[in-house]
Amino acid sequence: MKKYSDLEYLKLSKGERFKYKFLSFFAAIPVAIGNLFKGIGGWFKKAGLSIANEAKDIWTTFVQGDWKTKLSFLIMGFGCLARGQILRGLLFLAFELVFIGYMVLMGAEYLGLLSTLGTKGPYQMTEKIELMPGRFREVVKTVTYADDPTIHNSFKILLYGVLTIFFIVAFVYTWRVNVKQNKIAEGILRSGKKLKSGKDDLRSMVDDKFHATLLALPLTGILLFTVLPLVFMILVAFTNYSSAHNGGETGLFHWVGLQNFQTLFSWDVGGVNYSATFGEILLWTLIWAFFATFTNYFLGIAVAMIINKKGIRLKKLWRTVLIMTIAIPQFISLLYVSKMFTLNGLFNGFLMDLGIIHTAIDFWGTPTLARVMVIIINIWIGIPYLMLIATGILMNIPADLYESAKIDGASGWKQFSKITLPYMLFITGPYLLTSFTGNMNNFNVIYLLTGGGPHVNLSNGAGNPGDTDLLITWLFNITQKGFGEDGAQYYLASVIGILVFIVVAVISLIVYNLLPSVKNEEDFQ
Amino acid sequence: MKNKNQIPATILLVLGAVLTAGGIFLLVNRFSPMWSFSHKYMTDNAIFVMLGILGLFLGVVGLLLSRSLFKEGREIQEGEGLKQHMGMKASARISNTVIYVLLVLISIVWLVPFFCIVVQSFRVNPTGMTRYLFNNPDAALKEGLTIRFGLDNYRRLFQETKFPRWYLNTFIIAVVVAVVQTIIVLCMSYTLSRFRFKLRKPLMQFMLILGMFPGMLTMIILYQVLKDIGLAGANAMPGLILVYVASSGMGYYVSKGFFDTIPKSLDEAARIDGATRAQVLYKIILPLAKPIVIYTVLTAFMGPWGDFVFAKYVTGVTPEAWNVAVGLQQWLSTSTNISENYTMFCAGGVIVAIPVVILFMCLQKYYVEGVTGGAVKG
Repeated sequence: MKKYSDLEYLKLSKGERFKYKFLSFFAAIPVAIGNLFKGIGGWFKKAGLSIANEAKDIWTTFVQGDWKTKLSFLIMGFGCLARGQILRGLLFLAFELVFIGYMVLMGAEYLGLLSTLGTKGPYQMTEKIELMPGRFREVVKTVTYADDPTIHNSFKILLYGVLTIFFIVAFVYTWRVNVKQNKIAEGILRSGKKLKSGKDDLRSMVDDKFHATLLALPLTGILLFTVLPLVFMILVAFTNYSSAHNGGETGLFHWVGLQNFQTLFSWDVGGVNYSATFGEILLWTLIWAFFATFTNYFLGIAVAMIINKKGIRLKKLWRTVLIMTIAIPQFISLLYVSKMFTLNGLFNGFLMDLGIIHTAIDFWGTPTLARVMVIIINIWIGIPYLMLIATGILMNIPADLYESAKIDGASGWKQFSKITLPYMLFITGPYLLTSFTGNMNNFNVIYLLTGGGPHVNLSNGAGNPGDTDLLITWLFNITQKGFGEDGAQYYLASVIGILVFIVVAVISLIVYNLLPSVKNEEDFQ
Repeated sequence: MKNKNQIPATILLVLGAVLTAGGIFLLVNRFSPMWSFSHKYMTDNAIFVMLGILGLFLGVVGLLLSRSLFKEGREIQEGEGLKQHMGMKASARISNTVIYVLLVLISIVWLVPFFCIVVQSFRVNPTGMTRYLFNNPDAALKEGLTIRFGLDNYRRLFQETKFPRWYLNTFIIAVVVAVVQTIIVLCMSYTLSRFRFKLRKPLMQFMLILGMFPGMLTMIILYQVLKDIGLAGANAMPGLILVYVASSGMGYYVSKGFFDTIPKSLDEAARIDGATRAQVLYKIILPLAKPIVIYTVLTAFMGPWGDFVFAKYVTGVTPEAWNVAVGLQQWLSTSTNISENYTMFCAGGVIVAIPVVILFMCLQKYYVEGVTGGAVKG
C-alpha cells in the first residue's frame, strides 16, 4: 500500500482520506505483530546474554575469592558471618536451612510427582459392616487421601509442585545475591573501608532500600494470590482437571497435552459444537465491548457537556443525581432493574397500564432484545463515570482555542468535532482501550442482569451457554454447572481463560501502538 | 434598581411549589385507597405515578432554580455577576430551557429505579413481585388483595432473617479490607511513583500483563485452597478478607497518577535536610495525599461491600457466613422466593445502600478527583 506524505494526504478528498486511514490501520496490524515477535526474540537474546555474563561473574568470583568466599558457595551467608556482617549472614543461612528443610520434607516429593500428577488415586473398597451380631453387610466405600495418607492428590501435587519451582527460583536468586555479596565485601575490604553493620542494614531498610520494604508485602500477596493461581490454572488447561477428577476426592487428573484445545476447536464433541459456540460468544463479547464502551463514551461526553454548559445552574445537583448509580452497589441496582424488565415486572405493568402495549414484552426472552437491553442498562450504569472523567478533561481544554474558533466563525458542531472530540480522544485513548478490555470481562452487568440467558440459539454444552453470555460468564458457568461425565470442566474454563487473555493482549498491543497519544505525544501539549 | 431576575424567579418559585405539592399529592394518593379521589373513575395507576414523579421533579428543580436566581439577583444588586448576566441572549435562554428539560428527564430515568425500590420496600402486602408500584385498585380487586404499606419488611428483616448477621459480616470485611488495602495500594503506588530502581519498569509491565488474565480464572483454585486450610464455608470471613486484600497491589494506577503530580523537589529538599525516605513519606507526602487516601479508602470499602460472585463461591451453603449480596440475591434466585420475599429484598437493598450513599455523598469531591485524575494520567 502506498504511503502518502502529509502534503499529499491533505490534497485528498474526505472519502479518500477515510479510506486511506482505514486501510493504513489494517496495513499496520501485520507490522505490529511482526514487531511483537521481534521484541520477543530480542528479549530472549538479551536474557541469554545476561545469563552468560552472570555465569562468568560467578566463576571469576569463585576463582579469585578467598576461602571464606569459596565456602559461601556451599554454606550461604558464611562469608558475611566470617566478615562480621552477622544479620545478613544469619538471614542467608536461615533461608538456606528453610529451603533445604522444605525440599526434604515436601518439595522433592511433589516435584518428583509433578510429571505424572500422582499414580495412586482414590480407590473403592468393600467394607463389612456388622448390622446385628452375626449379620454382615458389604458396603462399597471410596477411600480418599483423607483416610489414607499414601494416596496421591493431583491438586496438591500440581499446586505444591509449582510452589516448589517458585521456591527453587527464589533460592537460586538468593544464592546469586549471596555470591555477589562476597565479591562486594572483598572489594570493600581490599580498598580499606569498613563493611556495613547490621544496624546500617536496618537503617537502609527505611532509607535507600525503602522501596524494597514498601513493596515486600504487596508483591508477596500478588505472587501468592495472583501469579501462583494463574500459573496453576494455565497448567490446568493441559490436564483433565474437573469435578469428576478433582485430584483428592473423586479421582486423580493427569496431563493430556493439547487435547483440551482440540476439544474447544472441534466441531463435534458428544453432539456439541464447541468451536461454533466459542466463535459466537467471542463475537458477541466483542460486539458488547464495542457498544458498551462507545455508547458510554459519547453519551457520557454529551451529558458532561450539557451539564458544564455556560449558564446552566445546579451543576452539582445533576452530577449528584447521576452518581447515584456509582454509589449504590451493583448487585442491588442491577438485580432490581433486571426484575423491573421481566414479564411480570414494573416496566411491563406501566406500559400496559398506559395502554401502550397489551401483552407483556419478554425483554429477557428474545436474544436480540436481551442484548439491546443489556447495552442500554449498561449505559445507565456507565455514563456517570464517563461524565466525571469528561468533566475533568473538558475543563482542561484551553479556552482560547474556542475563542479563536468563534472569531473564525465556527459553529457549535464544528467546535465540537474539531476541538473537543480530538482533544478528548487524544487524552482518553488509553482509557478507552482499558475500558474496552474491561468491558470484555464485565462479569457483573451480564451475570446480574441476565445470567447469560436467554438460551435460544445457544443452550447446549458445558456451562449451558446463553445468548448474552460473555466469555467470562461462560467460563464462570462452566466451573459451576456440571456437564457430561466430567462434571464441571475446570480444564475447559482454563482454556477459555487463556484464549481471553490472548484476545485481550493482542487487541491491547495493536491498538496501543496505534494510539495517537502514544505515537505523537507532543501534539496537544 | 429592581433587578430583572425577580420576575422569572418568582414565577419559578410559584410554579415549583405548585408542581411539588401536586407531585407529592399524586404520589401519596397512591398509597391508600382511602385517600384516593380517583380510583372510582380512573384506574390508570401508571399515569398518576408518572405525573406525580414528573411534577415532583420539575417542582424541586424549579424551586432550586428560583433560589439560585434570587441569589444571583442579590449579587447583581451588589454589583457582582452583572457581566455574566448581561451576556445571555434569547436564543441561549431557549437552548438552556431545552437542556433543563433534558436534564430533568435524565434525572428521572436515573432515579426512578431507586424510587421504585424504596416504595416497594414499604409494601407489606403483597410481598411478591407486582406489575404495579403503588396501589392499583384494578389489579388488587382482580387478585383479591388488600394492599398495605408499612414498616413490616424492615422489622422482619432484623427479627426473622439472618440479615443482621450478613450485615455485620459485610461491615467487618469491608472495614478491614478498606484499611489494609489502602495501606498496600499506597505502598505500591508511592514506590512506583517515587523510586527509580532496576526492576521498576519490568514490574509494571508484568502487572499490566497479569491484569489481562480474567481474574475469575483464579477463583477455582483460591476456593480449593481456602477450603483446604479451613477458611471456606462457615469460617469464610478471614478467607474472604485475605483474598480481597492479597492482590490489591495491582490496582495502583490511580494513586500512582496522583503521586506523580506531587513535585519531587519537596522530597529532595527534605532529603537534603537529613530526612530518611520513610520520614519523607510520613511527614511530607501523606499529608499532601489526603484526597487520594480518601479515594482509596472509599473504593476499597465499596468493593467488598458489594461483592457477590467470590463471596458466593467461598461461603457456599452456609447462611451464617454470607454477606449481604449473597443473602439478598437468594431472595430473588427462585420464583417462589420472588413471590414471597421480593419486598424484603427491596428493604434489604435500601438498608445496604444507605450507608454507602451517605458515605459517597460526603466524600464525592475526593471520588471525583480520583476518577478524573486517574483517567487523565492513564
